[in-house]
Amino acid sequence: MDLVVNILLGIIVAATPLVFAAIGELVVEKSGVLNLGVEGMMIVGAIAGFSVTLESGNYLIGIVSAILAGALMALLFGFLTQTLLANQVATGLALTMFGLGLAALWGQSYSGKTADKFPKLDIPLLSDLPVVGKLVFGQDYLVYLSVALVLAVSWFFRKTRGGLIIRAIGENHEAAHAIGYPVVFYRYLALLFGGGCAGLGGAYLSVVQTPFWAEDMTAGRGWIALALVVFAAWRPGRALLGAYLFGGITILQLHSQGFGVKIEAQYLSMLPYLATIMVLVMISSDRMKVKLNAPACLAQSFRAAT
Amino acid sequence: MLRIVPRREPSRTMQILTPILAVVLTILAGLVLFALLGKDPFRAIYIIFFQPLTSTYALAELTVKATPLVLIGIGLAMGFRAGVWNIGGEGQFVMGALAGGSVALALHGSDGFWILPMMCVAGALGGMVWAAIPAFLRTRFNANEILTSLMLVYVAILLLSVLVHGPLRDPEGQNFPESRLFGDMMTLPVLIESTRAHVGFVVALIAIVVAWLFLQRHILGFQIKVQGQASQAARFAGYSEKRIIWLCLLTSGGLAGLAGTFEAAGPVGQLVPGLPVGYGFTAIIVAFLGRLHPFGVLLGGLVMALTYIGGEAAQIAMSLPSATTRVFQGMLLFFLLAMDLLVNERIRWVPRPKSERAMG
Amino acid sequence: MNLKTLIKFAAVTAAVATMAVAPGAVQAKKLKVGFVYVGPVGDHGWTYQHHQGLLAVKKAFGDKVETTHVENVQEGPDSERVIQQLAQQGHDVIFTTSFGFMNPTLKVASRFPKVKFEHSTGYKRSKNVSTYNIRFYEGRYVAGVVAGKMTKSNTIGYIASFPIPEVIMGINAAYLGAKSVNPNVKFKIVWVSTWFDPGKESDAAKALVDQGADVLFQHTDSPAAMKLAEQRNISAIGQASDMKAFGRKAQLTALVNNWGPYYIARVKAVMDGSWKAQDTWGGLKSGMLTIAGLNDRVPADVKALAAKVQADIASGKLHPFTGPLEKQDGSMFLKSGEKISDKALSGMKFYVKGIEGSLPK
Repeated sequence: MDLVVNILLGIIVAATPLVFAAIGELVVEKSGVLNLGVEGMMIVGAIAGFSVTLESGNYLIGIVSAILAGALMALLFGFLTQTLLANQVATGLALTMFGLGLAALWGQSYSGKTADKFPKLDIPLLSDLPVVGKLVFGQDYLVYLSVALVLAVSWFFRKTRGGLIIRAIGENHEAAHAIGYPVVFYRYLALLFGGGCAGLGGAYLSVVQTPFWAEDMTAGRGWIALALVVFAAWRPGRALLGAYLFGGITILQLHSQGFGVKIEAQYLSMLPYLATIMVLVMISSDRMKVKLNAPACLAQSFRAAT
Repeated sequence: MLRIVPRREPSRTMQILTPILAVVLTILAGLVLFALLGKDPFRAIYIIFFQPLTSTYALAELTVKATPLVLIGIGLAMGFRAGVWNIGGEGQFVMGALAGGSVALALHGSDGFWILPMMCVAGALGGMVWAAIPAFLRTRFNANEILTSLMLVYVAILLLSVLVHGPLRDPEGQNFPESRLFGDMMTLPVLIESTRAHVGFVVALIAIVVAWLFLQRHILGFQIKVQGQASQAARFAGYSEKRIIWLCLLTSGGLAGLAGTFEAAGPVGQLVPGLPVGYGFTAIIVAFLGRLHPFGVLLGGLVMALTYIGGEAAQIAMSLPSATTRVFQGMLLFFLLAMDLLVNERIRWVPRPKSERAMG
Repeated sequence: MNLKTLIKFAAVTAAVATMAVAPGAVQAKKLKVGFVYVGPVGDHGWTYQHHQGLLAVKKAFGDKVETTHVENVQEGPDSERVIQQLAQQGHDVIFTTSFGFMNPTLKVASRFPKVKFEHSTGYKRSKNVSTYNIRFYEGRYVAGVVAGKMTKSNTIGYIASFPIPEVIMGINAAYLGAKSVNPNVKFKIVWVSTWFDPGKESDAAKALVDQGADVLFQHTDSPAAMKLAEQRNISAIGQASDMKAFGRKAQLTALVNNWGPYYIARVKAVMDGSWKAQDTWGGLKSGMLTIAGLNDRVPADVKALAAKVQADIASGKLHPFTGPLEKQDGSMFLKSGEKISDKALSGMKFYVKGIEGSLPK
């Protein structure tokens, strides 16, 4: 039983950076913008979070800096794609290159250093309960934040006017503009949110999960987050599910090796990717449902008609 | 106030002027960056941008580096035009190298002019098979190709790893994860003696012309353009979306696979786990830098290749950390992409309408 | 103008151009030493240790040498160009520090017969290409002894990268070391299929700890496993460099790659003209591998035992791979008293008896 709980705990830690990055990108894409620079924003968030935490000795300031750093990167992306109407796909990729380089330069003096253990929720009695105690009441604070964010985004899109506007803009920016919504302004907001989330996801890696700084430590997680948004068919709950599915299979394959499963490790390492494809195939066949959620204006530049 | 007004059609002058302007701006920004890092800024710019153009060897290397970028970029650009988002060029590249390389390894010891062409065909097929998976899943199960093609990249890289650690490794290689070196008949002919410039670059040039003719002249090329610009109209016109998806993915997969074989049979000369170095991803940028036009892709590929080679040279000559290259590349791309504004739009001084002024 | 003169002409123009930009760079006749790294200098592991070697060279020879290093050079097609450029720009000796640089190094070396090349961890040599490596397995055996003594759960976790001989012999050596002092010890091995992914390495370490491991070995490059051991209050063995900063309590001991003495010796050989292509496989004896201070919480008798094993290996009295030894499948590969040959060792592709799990064929 303990092992099961521990495996689940491992899955949560592996999935959380993906949840942050994916939920942020989901909002961005819902507004009709495709930012492929998630990896770049994550890595800058990772170094910002780690370096500031180390210098200030304060986790909160560190995490907030990571969010700001990610958002600044997104602002740069926004300026290029929204104001200057540069191509989104290429700009996103350039942002990733830029971010990886910037973070490496920034982090030069931080390799070989480490932070303390990130604080966890610890409620007397509750956290000591068997099974649920550790799982439900014993996580680090950011895990709760990640789940809360998913719920909040889901609620935002379904119940609020702001959510409706963003969806409308992503669906048909011409029409939304005609009604009088400031398309570019809302897209900037969505981008800043997405950048902040990606930064937070990166900081989770460098401040909570490992915790230290190393060049290129995001190791492709930004790309996985992007894929998860597609996997989720732009629905927040499903993004969470996808992240846990991906993280879950990663952890399970590592455990299976410890138990002596006789399959070559590289084949086992393929499993998370293959499983994601298979699940996507199973849930995509309902053509209409996918169409309904996919933002029709994704990756198209918007210029206000004069 | 300044207003952005769309042009009726992209400005020809600006299409030529803007890349130059972008390079000038990048150089200026680079000067600041390098000065901030405490390096001689003028020397750094010279080494990155101009030194690689001053020797035969470096020019040859430029084509070596640009060949896979251009080959993959052409195929991707075609797909992007039709709204087919193959971002798994890297995986198709790897599968092409594996397929082409496997032919070479299977025929180890035999000779014949036919081996190399056979490797190329196998490589292109390998890439096509890998791209056919997203095509099939998209057309049959409606599964988004962004996810499937991307996930298959990682699967392909792991597959290459498992094969060179196992069945394909050099039997005389002390169990190290590398295949045998390919024989003479299995490596690409070199264009300039004592350099690595190989015929793959010529093939890439031919592919550009063919792609251009195809898009310009062939009915399917026309359909691709319509599909991308107005999918509704395409449907009304009776164009089959499925057919376009298959066509684009197979073409880009095949070209990426060919690029993979060229890489294995050219500059590397064997199968190694480190074969994929991200060309499939960089080629996405190359495609857009080239504005999805075959000739543009060539220029885009050469520019990207130049920054890689120049960056290495700057590391050697001035011990600039490799991170600087990435920052610098990012900046160059930002400027190049931002300059598209001047191509597609006009920036005009428009006096504020009176009513607005009254309100403000 | 034929091709060769054209190339010469181009090379001269390039040289003139460089001189124009950097006057004085060629004036003093320094020995130029180049290093090609596979990772970033700041990886705090493999590349970091090589860079420490570079710094040692600088310190030893001062302004008699000029060093250049290129980091993050991928093992694919790019490495040949980097090596070529270093050779072209007049480097007298070039160290290429990753296995994947082997064939590119040889190719370039054949074009620059006067330049000396040194390739780390490979097996192909030529007139101007030496190879050098560290007998990491010796240290892993010693660390295995310590781990075998210190484990309470009798389960040792091992995070491995890819099934190459280097990694496999490390696992075997650590196992044999642990087994020699603790007959009940079991190894759990997790392959992460990457050299460097701190998140995944940390996940793998977690999985091993959850399955009962209380000492961790790693053959990957980041300190993630060490840090996790520290957080979970268990033990770990530092890899490549001293990882004390990441595991003040957790690090039992660390195996530190010490390339400096070798680099200094080879640079000196180039200077005085005695350089010859050779193969060097140095270990505890030569000081290329050092064992960083044992943790204070390791009991005195274990410390003494480790010191003795270390001394015995260094003196040649003890070889970690001494018969009788059986392969995993029970077939005999070393008769009683027989020591393994370096050739068999450097191509090792099987587990010794007692290790569970399977290797790719």
